[in-house]
Amino acid sequence: MSGGEFRLPSGGRIDRSRPLRFSFGGRQYQGYEGDTLASALLANGVRLTARSFKYHRPRGIMGAGYEEPSSFVELAGEDESGNQAITTVRLRDGLRASPVNCWPSPGLDLMAANQLFARMLPAAFYYKTFMWPDWHLFEPHIRRAAGLAAAPQAERRNTRYETRHWHCDVLVAGAGPAGLMAALVAARSGARVLLADEGLEAGGSLLGRKVTVDGRPALDWVAAATAELDGMDNVTRLRDATVWAYREGNLLLVTERSPDAPHVFQRTWRVRAGRVVIATGAIERAMVFADNDRPGMMLASAVQTYVNRYAVRPGRRAVIFTNNTGAYAAAADMLAAGIDIAAIVDSRLQVEDDARALVPGVEILAGHVVQRSHGGRRVTGVTVQPKAGGTPRRLRCDLVCMSGGWSPTVHLFSQSRGRLRYEESVAAFVPAEPAQPAACAGAAEGRFELAAALTDGAEKGRLAAAAMGFRAQAAAVPQTKDAPRYAIEPLWHVEQHKPTAKSFVDVQNDVTLNDIHLAMREGFGAVEHVKRYTTAGMGIDQGKTGNINIIGAIAGKEGVPLEEVGTTTFRSPYVPIEFGALAGARRESVVLPYRHTPMTAWHIEAGAVMYEAGARWRRPGYYPRAGESFQETVNREARTVRTGAAVYDGSPLGKFEIKGRDALRLIEMLYTNAFSSLKTGMGRYGLMLSDDGLVLDDGVTFKLGDGHYLMSTSTGNADEVNRHMTQFCQVERPEWDVHITPVTAAWSNATVCGPRAREVMEALGTDIDLSPDAFPFMAIREGTVAGMQARLCRVSFTGELSFEINVRSRDAAALWRRVLEVGAPFGLIPIGSEANHVLRVEKGFLSLGHEVDATVDPYDLGIGWAMSKKKPDYIGKRAVEIRRKRGGPRRELVGLLIDEPERLVTEGAPITPGGRKEASEGFVSACVWSVVHNRSVALALLKDGRARMGQKAHIRMKDEVVTALITRPCFHDPDGNFLRS
Amino acid sequence: MLHIPCPFCGPRDESEFAHGGPARQQRPDDLSPLDDAAWVDHLTVPPNPVGPVREKWWHVRGCGQWVTIERDTLTHDILEETGE
Repeated sequence: MSGGEFRLPSGGRIDRSRPLRFSFGGRQYQGYEGDTLASALLANGVRLTARSFKYHRPRGIMGAGYEEPSSFVELAGEDESGNQAITTVRLRDGLRASPVNCWPSPGLDLMAANQLFARMLPAAFYYKTFMWPDWHLFEPHIRRAAGLAAAPQAERRNTRYETRHWHCDVLVAGAGPAGLMAALVAARSGARVLLADEGLEAGGSLLGRKVTVDGRPALDWVAAATAELDGMDNVTRLRDATVWAYREGNLLLVTERSPDAPHVFQRTWRVRAGRVVIATGAIERAMVFADNDRPGMMLASAVQTYVNRYAVRPGRRAVIFTNNTGAYAAAADMLAAGIDIAAIVDSRLQVEDDARALVPGVEILAGHVVQRSHGGRRVTGVTVQPKAGGTPRRLRCDLVCMSGGWSPTVHLFSQSRGRLRYEESVAAFVPAEPAQPAACAGAAEGRFELAAALTDGAEKGRLAAAAMGFRAQAAAVPQTKDAPRYAIEPLWHVEQHKPTAKSFVDVQNDVTLNDIHLAMREGFGAVEHVKRYTTAGMGIDQGKTGNINIIGAIAGKEGVPLEEVGTTTFRSPYVPIEFGALAGARRESVVLPYRHTPMTAWHIEAGAVMYEAGARWRRPGYYPRAGESFQETVNREARTVRTGAAVYDGSPLGKFEIKGRDALRLIEMLYTNAFSSLKTGMGRYGLMLSDDGLVLDDGVTFKLGDGHYLMSTSTGNADEVNRHMTQFCQVERPEWDVHITPVTAAWSNATVCGPRAREVMEALGTDIDLSPDAFPFMAIREGTVAGMQARLCRVSFTGELSFEINVRSRDAAALWRRVLEVGAPFGLIPIGSEANHVLRVEKGFLSLGHEVDATVDPYDLGIGWAMSKKKPDYIGKRAVEIRRKRGGPRRELVGLLIDEPERLVTEGAPITPGGRKEASEGFVSACVWSVVHNRSVALALLKDGRARMGQKAHIRMKDEVVTALITRPCFHDPDGNFLRS
Repeated sequence: MLHIPCPFCGPRDESEFAHGGPARQQRPDDLSPLDDAAWVDHLTVPPNPVGPVREKWWHVRGCGQWVTIERDTLTHDILEETGE
């Protein structure tokens, strides 16, 4: 079996000894190692490979690399992925590919009927048509008809993405002639060089051309250059790696698609470069004329590449349509490969003799244009005509090679905010002024001839190394023999022979010249507006082959120079990049690791259902027993706290030690209430506001001694409070003598709570006097508990008698086990955060994220008493005063008793006036089953809530309205007798 | 990603820092001379120039220090470091 009937018998950089089987659209083919999917299909004579985005027109392969605007495929099996440019998919044995956007196949595409409705799908049609009765009626169908591949269903197996951070003196993007020269010169000076190239093989444009360097095939020189680079310790060379983003601070992102590590699927390099040499080459542009999109219409350079690199003839008889000299070398290579050339249609009146000399015997139609193409599923001919007008003539062909000239690949340069200018002599936008330490070299600089590119590369490499303090020697630039001097006369489009012709400026998005003109007539004349209104230049290829034609079309219509129209913004990524490559190893718990307490392992072993409870702490939600429902477990745990004894892991609570002569001053500034009267050994509830007068946090702060305090914060808010405090200390009052040390992880605690907590503590054994007089509520004592050094606090988050036993974290697991052992005779059980939630709601204690949501102030929460009248200032004081002065209704904290006592409502459910469908007047912040009252109880923030006690609130659920009685926000022991006991 | 010069650690990636808002005048010890509008402005109207702006960054995944830099909002260039 051969590699296809269009394969040349010899030549190319494919390995004929290694045939590969693959399928495309369900049919089997064979190619060779070294092929791309595109070259293998062309070798097999497959020309129709796609249907277009909007009109479902038949399309083929147009390019040979990342510029491909036309054919995209989905890969199945272990490669599963969507929207890969057909020209960038490397062939491997067993590859399964199918075209996107045609159903059931590109040959028989039922959606092609869209073409009949083309008039209903003009530019921005989705703003204009299908509006009655409702766009949403049509949208799903239109989206199905348009669009691209579906997202892969399953995650790839055995694929790991990796990120590598890198620093280098000189980053060279592109290993074509200019890039290799730059890398050689810079590396020889001793500079640390990173050379990244998008191809598996170095050489860039040389891979697709037949030129000599120093009298030998150019690829010999490439091999020698890469060998020299690979032998240097200061050089890192990445293959199959595209530099796709140029960010501020000379940070460049490079994704390596086949790293030299079997366990890594893709690796993204985040490179901080000293200097950057952008040697990314240039991209050939398509020609714009009627029906310029049929299968068989290709870029001239792509055909040249298929012939030389892949030994494939993409057609038998070609018409070449050009406006520059570059296409003549391509034509010569095609002739050598046995492709007939019907004619070279050159829009320029004068064709240079050295260009003509390359294609002896070929008819050259100077001053002519291709007016339109003919054919159906592939091109069968073209009509040519003198540009100035005249008799049309039809030429038969099965291949049209377009060369609209070359655009330097300035994407990275432009991403770095470098300024571009329009250069008449090459009819292209070229780099003008860099904004970061970067320079373009070679074709990316607009130097399209090989000798000029090599010289420029050497010079840019020298300058880059010199700027980093390395003395680079002037390198001998190899001698080359290149095609004729590059000359071009721009032809942005051919005048259409009839007004309804479809001359595509953006093949991928099905945007025609008429669409551009329509956008301009409708007032979207600026290039960025044209882009957004028509979608020209968007999508996977980002208009690499067509953008300049759009700019040319606008300029032509407006009668202004291209410079004035300008380019659209070049944004990263330069090529499509997988999400996995962006994330690297930063997925799941690696992004934000869990925090574990010393007891986490015990909880898991005890069968607790683990929650993430604020700030990535893993803590037990509840400890179900066999046969228990969720609600039964939570009820059992909560009831045990109200009636017996229980213990919970309170370690994640935020804790800070504040020390220094100005410690009290800081605390007075942070909290709304006064702390100056606090005695050593005692704690006080404190309320913390942000400077805009909203509640930031609350917690208890103990005085351990003069100038020494222990502050506790909400679990989920400790990091934010840390930020708040350090900012104030370092930025606002750097002269204060105060130090803040986060000690959350240094101390862990087991909190014993319930009416029998004191008995459990006595059984544990402690040298601290536990009697209520010696150790009252809100006191802290230091001593030993169960033989361990401990700080014992009498605080309560449950409303019951509680002892928070803080021990060094290394002792905590032992303490926990001891508490359970000693507590067993008292019926002590561990409880999770669900029960804690029930208990605090019954008591009406506040919870960050429930009642406190960065919109409420202390008065809203009914704790205005905590706002000191005596302190001259504290953070948030003035803002609360200003807001209160303005008056107006506020949402206030209330309790709710739902009329159906068995009913639990979703936390967050909105409350609206009368339950009507209108703006909410509040929401349910918490709703639990009360074990004290054996019914549901809820807390809510409700507009003017305190004035509405005894009235009804209406909670809007998904399908019904639930009514509830508005009450005080406390359902258990309002005087706090139990927690003080 | 910015490369932020920390006066203690040297230039570090932005991902080690948290943005801390614009650098402004120190909070006065006594707010009473300020009228309400001035204080509301102070809290709610951050400077937002096109061009250089002085701003705070917290080296939270580094040394924990707050630093002040001057950054050009148009170019992202960091113009000076002042430390704090």
